[in-house]
Amino acid sequence: MTKAESSAPDSPAVVVRDLEKRYGEVQAVAGINFEVASGETFGFLGPNGAGKSTTISILCTLVDPTGGHATVAGFDVVAQRGAVRRNIGLVFQDSTLDTYLTAEQNLRFHAELYGVPKQAVNDRMQQVMEMVGLWERRASRVATFSGGMKRRLEIARGLLHSPRVLFLDEPTVGLDPQTRSSIWAYINELRQREDITIFLTTHYMDEAEHCDRIGIIDQGKIVVLDTPEALKESVGKDRVQIQTADDPRAIVEIREKFGVEAAVHDGAVTLAVPGGEEFVPRLFQELSVPIKSVNIARPSLDDVFLTYTGRTIRDAEASAGERFRASPMAAARR
Amino acid sequence: MTTTADARPRATVAPVRLPDGSATHDLRAIKVVWKRELIRFSQDRIRIGTALVQPILYVFVLGTGLSTLTRGQTGNVSLRTFIFPGVLALTVLFTAMFSAVSIVWDREFGFLREMLVAPVRRSAIIVGKCLGGATVATIQGMIVLAIAGLVHVPYSPVMLITLFFEMMLLGFTITAFGLVIAARIQQIQSMMGLMQAILMPLMFLSGALFPLSGLPRWLNTLVHINPISYAVHPFRQAVFAHITASPVARARLNPPLTWWGWHVPIPLQLAVVLVTGLVLLGIAILEFDRAD
Repeated sequence: MTKAESSAPDSPAVVVRDLEKRYGEVQAVAGINFEVASGETFGFLGPNGAGKSTTISILCTLVDPTGGHATVAGFDVVAQRGAVRRNIGLVFQDSTLDTYLTAEQNLRFHAELYGVPKQAVNDRMQQVMEMVGLWERRASRVATFSGGMKRRLEIARGLLHSPRVLFLDEPTVGLDPQTRSSIWAYINELRQREDITIFLTTHYMDEAEHCDRIGIIDQGKIVVLDTPEALKESVGKDRVQIQTADDPRAIVEIREKFGVEAAVHDGAVTLAVPGGEEFVPRLFQELSVPIKSVNIARPSLDDVFLTYTGRTIRDAEASAGERFRASPMAAARR
Repeated sequence: MTTTADARPRATVAPVRLPDGSATHDLRAIKVVWKRELIRFSQDRIRIGTALVQPILYVFVLGTGLSTLTRGQTGNVSLRTFIFPGVLALTVLFTAMFSAVSIVWDREFGFLREMLVAPVRRSAIIVGKCLGGATVATIQGMIVLAIAGLVHVPYSPVMLITLFFEMMLLGFTITAFGLVIAARIQQIQSMMGLMQAILMPLMFLSGALFPLSGLPRWLNTLVHINPISYAVHPFRQAVFAHITASPVARARLNPPLTWWGWHVPIPLQLAVVLVTGLVLLGIAILEFDRAD
């Protein structure tokens, strides 16, 4: 271990300055700036083709930027590639396991390739496999694993060499909702047990809630960056849904008495107001129509994305698909 | 889902510290890539078994069939015995090539990226892969060698050891060659056709299936350009050194390999194979170095 290897623990885990990546005419990343603090879980959100994968590829030293610079764990991603690689763990969107090998053989391969000290391999391997609940299955071939188990094994493998920063590129993509939530349970446990910074990308808005801070990227630029709570607050309005005995009349009364437009969505009268909790008691007082049930929803990150980009993530994805079909992570596979 | 992790006391395993890149680290990487080749090979029982089919066809069907034409002209040595060392070379050729292009599968299924993002020299990974391909090809060749007795080739230890090292050398060179090609192949579908198109000329122009005596000039030239010829001849030499062959048989079936009339010594022939392998290895490393 050289002295350059051990940068101060409270220095930022990731620093990005004016980072740019251009593929011919396409500006995949258009000059972005941000920092990720040590120990933080940072979520990078955006539709497919927004520049998330390009940014993560640059930070993982797989792609060179065409402008600006970035450091990970204190090392420059271009000039100190080897040091960056020793200090990061990677879990890619697509599986990179050898399915013909057992879980243990996959991890041993990784340990040797990363030069994990021999005397540490067995203990560390047991630790990371227990963390993801796969220690009992260590002798099974990966080909027999479900999609969720494979992803958990990849997370364990990414942690094997004790990286300072763990990159998770779409860790739950292609998994069913139950498996997705179990993956998140493991990631959350990992946050508590390991002194590690997690940098993840996702295009599932609900998953961003697990992060300490999130950055939203759209068309190669960071649109906004803050904690999930602050972002939702900045959107301002809560969604109130009520079920009444007479919906059309309720809508008319809400318009007349509060000056708020309401409409029926999902079988309930739906309206958006700031401070939903205070608004609902007034609703009970003033409406002549009996109210059968009430539901108040804080704004979701979907609403945040819509507010800041003017598009839903689904719309953004449809247009991005045409603009920038081949992501560089996919290109690196070829 | 397992939740027992919570019930267990917090693990006290210290975080791992990785050393800076060093020679021992590179050696470990070479070894583990090599070992993976062997694990994958040992699991593929079907491949090991079916790999005997082709040599048996060449030796017993082609060898026997053609010998009806050459009856009485090959002295006391049958065409089957002649073809045997050539078939050994072909076994190594096909097995090593197959092993090398498995890296295209690794790319398709993502495992190549696990190797390419590791904090280790690319050359270590490529060298490991070449040694793995060479070892697997040699094991396969040794399996074919087991039928030597059936074609009246004695199991002489000296011959077996000589052939072992020669097969390693050829396997290494072919794997390196396969990697140079595999670095450029993007699709599995195109690979099979390409492999056939490359392996068949190498095989037919190597002297594995016919002796080098009395060839027309153009064919003679092509055989001498083909690096595989410089492995096939030492293979055959190793076998012919341990059988009782009449002068007629030797002249017909094992003529010397010559450069403008000069008998090229066996060590020099093997050196040609080695240098070719090293050059190809260098090219493969350069290609994969760029392949981020």
